[in-house]
Amino acid sequence: MDEPATLRRDQRVERAIGRLLQAGVILAAAVTLVGSVLYLGHVGRQLADYRVFRGEPYDLRSAPAILVHALGGQRDAIIQLGVLILIATPIARVLFSLAAFALQRDRTYVVVTLVVLVVLLCGLFGVGL
Amino acid sequence: MIPVPSTLRARESMNLDALTLLLAAASLAGGFLGSLTGLGGGVVIVPVLTLVFGIDLRYAIGASLVSVIATSSAAAAAYVRDGYSNLRVGMFLEVATTLGAVAGTMLARRLPLAAVAIIFGVVLIWSAFLSLRERSGADAGGPPDRLATALRMDSSYPTPAGPQPYHLRRIPLGWLIMAIAGALSGLLGIGSGALKVLAMDQIMRLPFKVSTTTSNFMIGVTAAASAGLYLQRGYIDPALAGPVMLGVLVGATLGTRVLVKARPAVLRVVFVVVLFALGCEMIYHGATGGFSGG
Repeated sequence: MDEPATLRRDQRVERAIGRLLQAGVILAAAVTLVGSVLYLGHVGRQLADYRVFRGEPYDLRSAPAILVHALGGQRDAIIQLGVLILIATPIARVLFSLAAFALQRDRTYVVVTLVVLVVLLCGLFGVGL
Repeated sequence: MIPVPSTLRARESMNLDALTLLLAAASLAGGFLGSLTGLGGGVVIVPVLTLVFGIDLRYAIGASLVSVIATSSAAAAAYVRDGYSNLRVGMFLEVATTLGAVAGTMLARRLPLAAVAIIFGVVLIWSAFLSLRERSGADAGGPPDRLATALRMDSSYPTPAGPQPYHLRRIPLGWLIMAIAGALSGLLGIGSGALKVLAMDQIMRLPFKVSTTTSNFMIGVTAAASAGLYLQRGYIDPALAGPVMLGVLVGATLGTRVLVKARPAVLRVVFVVVLFALGCEMIYHGATGGFSGG
C-alpha cells in the first residue's frame, strides 16, 4: 500500500477543489450583483410584496430558460443566472471528484460519486418532483 | 390571526430598493454571527425573513438555501488549505444527504406550511442546544472497523506533532443520521451542520476538525440538491435570493476574518439565545396560524 502517496494526492485534489469552489462563488456573486443593480435601477421604486406566494414565472425556473433570458438581457434572469452558477458550483465539485477517483481507478468511489451526481442533476434538470 | 408586535414587522408599504437594502443588512449580520459562532448563518435567514419581513415561508426557504450554498462553498477554500477534510467519507455520506434532501423537498410540498414552521422551530431550538454541548475528543485507537477499512475511509490529519491517524466507527448509523440531516436541509432550507457534525463526531468518531471541515463540504452539495428542485418549483425569487446571498457571503467572510483572532464565547451564548427565541416564535407563529398563506 502507498498510504502517504495516496494521502498527498488526495490533498492535492482537495486543494484544487477548494480553488474551484472559490472561483464559482466569486463568479456567482459578481453576476448576482450586476443583475441586482440593473434590476433595482429598473423596478426598485415599485412596491415589494412577498407576503403571498405566487411562485416564479416559468422563465425564471429552469436552467435553460434562465440562461436564454439572462443572455437576452432580462434583468431578473441575470440575478437568477448568478443563483444558477452558485447551485452549479457544488455540482462541479462532485464532477471534479469523479474525475479524480476515475484517474485513481477507484471503482467503488467512482460509483459512489456517480450516484451523488445523478441525484444532483435530477434535481436541477429533472421534473420538479 | 395573532397579534405579532408591529414594531417587529417590516410594513407592507416598502419599495424594492428599501427591502433589498434591509435584507442585505440583516443577512450580513446573520452571516457574520453565524460564522463567528460556528452555527452557520443560514439558520437565522428563514425566521428573520418570515417573522421580521413577513415574507412567505416558501420564498424564505428558497433564499436561505441559496445562502447556505454560498457560505459552504466560500468557506471550503479556506478549510481545504489545512488538509483536514476527508473526501471519501464526504462523498460516501453525500449519497445519504442528497437522497435525504430530495425526500425532504418532496415532504415540504405535502406538509402544511404551519407544520414546516413548527418543525423548523423545534430544529432551531435543538441545534442551539446541541451547539452548547461539550465537543468529544477523537477516537482513542482500537482495532479498525471492517466496513471503514473496506471503503478505505480511515485516514490521518495534520497536527503539530505530525500526521495523526484515525479510524471510523458505526458507519451505517452515521449514514442514516446523514439521511435525516439531508431531509431536514431539504425540508427547511438550512445546512443542518449541527446534525452532520454530530453524526461524524459522536457516532462515527471522526476527529472534530475533520468532521467540521468535511461537514462544510457536504452542506453545499446537499443544499444544491434541494435548491435545484426548489428553483424548478418557483420558490427561488431573484429579488430576495440576490441580497440574501450577497449579504450572507460578505458577513460570513468578515466573520471568518475575525474568527482567526479569537473565538468569542459571549457572542456564542448571545447567538444561541437568539436562536432559541426565534425557534419559539416560529413554533408559536406556526401553531397559531401565522403561516397559513396559500
